Amino acid sequence: MNNPPQLFEYLIRIADDRLILGHRLSEWCGHAPLLEEDIALANIGLDCIGQANNLYTVAAEVEGKKRSADDIVFFREAVEYKNLLLVEQPNKDFAQTLVRQFLYDSFGLLYFDALQQSAFQPLAGIAQKAVKELRYHFRHSSQWILRLGDGTDESHQRTQEALNSLWRYTGELFESDSLEQQLHSEGIAALSSGMKEEWDKIVTEILNKATLQIPSSEMHQQTGGRKGQHTEHLGHLLAEMQILQRSFPDIKW
Amino acid sequence: MVETKPHTTESIREILSSVLDPEIPVLSVIDMGIIREIGIDEGKVTVTITPTYSGCPAMHVIEESIRSTLLENGIDSVTLKTTFSPAWTTDWLSDTAKKKMNEYGIAPPVQIPHSALLQIEIPKVPCPYCHSSETQLKSEFGSTACKAYYFCISCHQPFEFFKPL
Repeated sequence: MNNPPQLFEYLIRIADDRLILGHRLSEWCGHAPLLEEDIALANIGLDCIGQANNLYTVAAEVEGKKRSADDIVFFREAVEYKNLLLVEQPNKDFAQTLVRQFLYDSFGLLYFDALQQSAFQPLAGIAQKAVKELRYHFRHSSQWILRLGDGTDESHQRTQEALNSLWRYTGELFESDSLEQQLHSEGIAALSSGMKEEWDKIVTEILNKATLQIPSSEMHQQTGGRKGQHTEHLGHLLAEMQILQRSFPDIKW
Repeated sequence: MVETKPHTTESIREILSSVLDPEIPVLSVIDMGIIREIGIDEGKVTVTITPTYSGCPAMHVIEESIRSTLLENGIDSVTLKTTFSPAWTTDWLSDTAKKKMNEYGIAPPVQIPHSALLQIEIPKVPCPYCHSSETQLKSEFGSTACKAYYFCISCHQPFEFFKPL
């Protein structure tokens, strides 16, 4: 915790991952294909946003500028958001949503598992709970991948298409930049580059069982989220999420 | 004239045992294990709480209830703090709390062996109404973040299960 700006930046990126994914899931509320799924996606979204809120709260304390979690969320521009590109990709159909969720959950589970050992206590505490919640999420998304992949012709085809279109955002999950490396050497951060092998194993096993084809490792990989270089989708998401607070700052329900 | 005694940690705990969880209104914040610390400094009270499920929307209501209950009991200065470490777990629910929950019709959390990271077993949950172990998971996600939805095959009663965390 020698360097608050670095720690703040690190907390913000993990929080942004959780918030943006949670917001995407919330878009299904009232629209999911079955009642149980409507409830499931809303609940998982709630967990994500709750974890994000806790991380922003800690980040705001680290920053020490008297900003609240809400200030950080509602008054930043897309370039200031540092989430992974994967989580901001649109819901499209149920297969796209569940493939996105599965690709993230399998990574998030490993990442938060490692963060439980963080030398920064509040982060370790948040991770200890998040990892338990992520286990439920992973069970849900991986079960769906099996059912959709090894389901009907149409569900198989749609799930394969989703995998083909989202695979280009998975390389970024394992990019450890200098910030992550620095904080990892201080015992604070988890090192995502070291998790690729384990993730490959988990994902390959499920996708094989689901009779899905793993896209070529040669596929061009899109990155930039950690630097604030996003796909066109994030701006639209933020516009909808932030409009009320931007129009009426500090308005309360 | 009523003589007012100065508050102690114990008397504050006593007051807080009347603050109920809005989602499970038979359990108090003390039963839930979310009160982590009570500090008293010259009549000023600081209560440190920890959230349950990360996204539990009831936490805001709970915070407000703690504040207003203490104010109603003549404590003018109340500060609420939140701590994230150690992380709250359903293991902190007392046996009394689990019993109350069961009587209310919510199956309390059961111990799940912490096996591999990627596997969580679907636990056998006894029905809170007829205590039969012939029950079935209907939906892993329920009316709140902390609950799953089960059905009892013996007494045909749907019920909720508080998921272990």
